[in-house]
Amino acid sequence: MILQGRIWLFGDNIDTDAIIAARYLSTTEPRELAAHLMEDIKPDFPGLVQNGDIIVAGNNFGCGSSREHAPLAIKGAGISCVIARSFARIFYRNSINIGLPILECDEDLSGLRAGEDQLKVNFDLGTITHLQSGREYQAAPFPPFMQELISRGGLVEYVKARLEGC
Amino acid sequence: MMSYGNGMTMVEKIFAARVEQDRLSPGDLVNVKVDLALGNDITAPVAIKEFKRFGLDRVFDPEKIVLVPDHFTPNKDIAAAEQALVLRRFAEDYGLKYYFEVGRMGIEHALLPEQGLVRPGMIIIGADSHTCTYGAIGAFATGVGSTDLAAAMASGEAWFKVPPTIRFEYSGHLPEWVSGKDLILLTIGDIGVDGARYRAMEFAGTAIDTLPMDGRLTMANMAIEAGGKCGYMQPDQITFDYLEGRVAQAYTSVYSDQDAVYEKRYTYDVSNLEPQVAFPPSPDNVYPVSEAKGVKLDQVVIGSCTNGRIDDLRAAASVIRGRKIKKGLRLLVIPATQQIYRQAMDEGLLADFIDAEAAVSTPTCGPCLGGHMGILARGERALATTNRNFVGRMGHPESEVFLSSPAVAAASAVAGTIVHPGEVLS
Ligand code: SF4
Repeated sequence: MILQGRIWLFGDNIDTDAIIAARYLSTTEPRELAAHLMEDIKPDFPGLVQNGDIIVAGNNFGCGSSREHAPLAIKGAGISCVIARSFARIFYRNSINIGLPILECDEDLSGLRAGEDQLKVNFDLGTITHLQSGREYQAAPFPPFMQELISRGGLVEYVKARLEGC
Repeated sequence: MMSYGNGMTMVEKIFAARVEQDRLSPGDLVNVKVDLALGNDITAPVAIKEFKRFGLDRVFDPEKIVLVPDHFTPNKDIAAAEQALVLRRFAEDYGLKYYFEVGRMGIEHALLPEQGLVRPGMIIIGADSHTCTYGAIGAFATGVGSTDLAAAMASGEAWFKVPPTIRFEYSGHLPEWVSGKDLILLTIGDIGVDGARYRAMEFAGTAIDTLPMDGRLTMANMAIEAGGKCGYMQPDQITFDYLEGRVAQAYTSVYSDQDAVYEKRYTYDVSNLEPQVAFPPSPDNVYPVSEAKGVKLDQVVIGSCTNGRIDDLRAAASVIRGRKIKKGLRLLVIPATQQIYRQAMDEGLLADFIDAEAAVSTPTCGPCLGGHMGILARGERALATTNRNFVGRMGHPESEVFLSSPAVAAASAVAGTIVHPGEVLS
């Protein structure tokens, strides 16, 4: 799988309340949630983000609550993938379970220009290419078990197949 | 690796027993049967939607799924009412034994241990990040997402990566007015909000040996605030006394080996510890209460899955008894379950709060997540016994939340500014 998109930058410890505030949790509709994505820390974000864009963040992205609404809101906004130095574990789990591609990359991407620079992400190789400069970054590849989860289309499909004995 | 032992930690042993292997190490992936799967009125509707994709007419075990509408209940608006209805219908349709309706419920993480649903050695998942609370009883318990809950409701299973364990040792004995909340705030302040990311946190030491169960539950509850996968105490007499009369089934306590391998160890001498306060906007922004002195408050909240238990209400009431809260300040007291509410009533604690001019509410998460029942306006500042103080957590993005123990919260409600309980009492 190869994705390409314009990037948006976020810092360390972006919590799930920042991604989607609790006051919007009385819906589970991804598009409705997306209208409030990152609203409390970047109010103009829902208006700026376009289909295919990529979120680039620092350490511990998605810390805080277990709300699956957070990756759902990101997916609902059309974000194609999230790249962070590290993810909080429940967010990581949830993203994989719902089929939102995420990558851990320990290299410093914070110098990129938000809303301008484009990245090309190759999930099979775990490489991230900065289109403007051609510079390449290496991300951690998925463990085989998770590759299987993703290739089956997420956890529900994976367990369904197990329950059906295939 | 810091240690060179060959033994296993409690969490490694719980998983190893389940997959019938002699040995498991951090990083190993396991697929295990869970003993309990939990959801609430925010996360379960998403899980139920996903569960429907399985096309099953039954859940894996109607006695091992627990649904608790606690976040936006009693229903705060029409949307919340519809979500709560999804849970109620599902519980009826699939014959779930443990669905707790308003009037019988409580905040999930106070309710499950109280109702005897948590036993040592269990594997518990909950679609709520504070599911880690149950580690205080020697269970492996961790927060997952709604899709995990859906899969577990269908198959009874969940996948895990065995986490490395960090050991936290608290030596000495806690001074007066210093509680489990202060120990965990101290720890998070020290290691940071990702200091235990993906890790199990083992809490031990002389200060833990004498810490009552309510204080232990508070500590394990906030493991997630350090990024922990779980936080736990190994069962001892305090655990067994707590379980007595609550749990009928037999259980097997699991203990870390003497030579267990820990990724890291932290030790704290707590004999001279001051009560701790987390400043906004993060639970790791922690200072001793003396450095928070004088911070002016608009609202104080005593409650939540962190500190809404009977010991918490007793500590708060002992400070507030016979006093009035500061004019212009609002104090909200929210017992975490119906049973705690009733007990607080019997002990006269609710009268203490009401006489002090506090508002006392039926159990709900309410203000803890900025849901309802105590939202902050722009520029307002609260001190809460809850667990998170992120931007906008309790209301307007420009409001602020400080975190503390119930004793500090009660004293500060009287003073109108953050203060050590000793100062209010003297
Ligand atoms: S009291 Fe707060 S932290 Fe606890 S379950 Fe409710 S919303 Fe979550």
